[in-house]
Amino acid sequence: MSYSNKHTLDPTNWIKLHSDYLYNYTISRINNHDVAKDIIQDTFFAALKGKDNFKGNASERTWLISILKRKIIDYYRKINSAKGKAEVRMNFYSDGEREGEWIEELVPSTWNAEVEKDIENEELSKAIEKCLGLLPEKYAIVFRMKTIQQFETEEICNELAITSSNLWVIIHRARTQLRKCLEDSWFKN
Amino acid sequence: MKISCDKATKICDKQQYKEASLWEKAQLNLHLFLCKKCGLYSKQNVVLTKCYNKYKNVENRNTKCLSKEDKNQLENKLKAKL
Repeated sequence: MSYSNKHTLDPTNWIKLHSDYLYNYTISRINNHDVAKDIIQDTFFAALKGKDNFKGNASERTWLISILKRKIIDYYRKINSAKGKAEVRMNFYSDGEREGEWIEELVPSTWNAEVEKDIENEELSKAIEKCLGLLPEKYAIVFRMKTIQQFETEEICNELAITSSNLWVIIHRARTQLRKCLEDSWFKN
Repeated sequence: MKISCDKATKICDKQQYKEASLWEKAQLNLHLFLCKKCGLYSKQNVVLTKCYNKYKNVENRNTKCLSKEDKNQLENKLKAKL
């Protein structure tokens, strides 16, 4: 490690050098263009404000990413605590004598016999997109990170500041709701 | 050893990522042996996992990026604070 070559910050070049990288980092986690744009903007502003804290040990980009990571956690906390309207539809009784059993109307139905062929159908992607859009955002983010971006469980937990048991509950709720949505819109006999 | 349908399907979901523990898999298999509803869920889950994989490829083809306009806006806002 060299002590003479400390990294420096050059805010006038941030957009040119780092905005694409920060955007890609954000959009692969939070799949919403406007939200990603806002988060990046917040990141650059926070970086500017805190630029005196930059010690020069890490590169400019690494430092910006560390700020971005905190902004993503903040965003996830914010939507995670917004209670009420954003709950998924439950597929199982949550209390009483039948706790943990399937709610009758939501028991899986048999699907049409062409299912295996359907997988190759491009239209199916549109149906999935639509059903994903109906998930509460806090579930969609975790489902996408795990299933579409294929992040490691540990990484998602670190990046969103959630526990792994929390993660599996979210994945379970997301997948049961998606299953039902795709059954109704696509797979039903 | 006996688990609810909620728990069984949760393990089944976890197993779609190959992350269920041995004990969880044993509990799931016993449950699936006894429960037709979850058996169907489990069968369909495998199909869904294939669909999501397919969707992943489609989505990763449509790369999103910042437009020139987005960048100019950001640039101007940042300059105003410099």
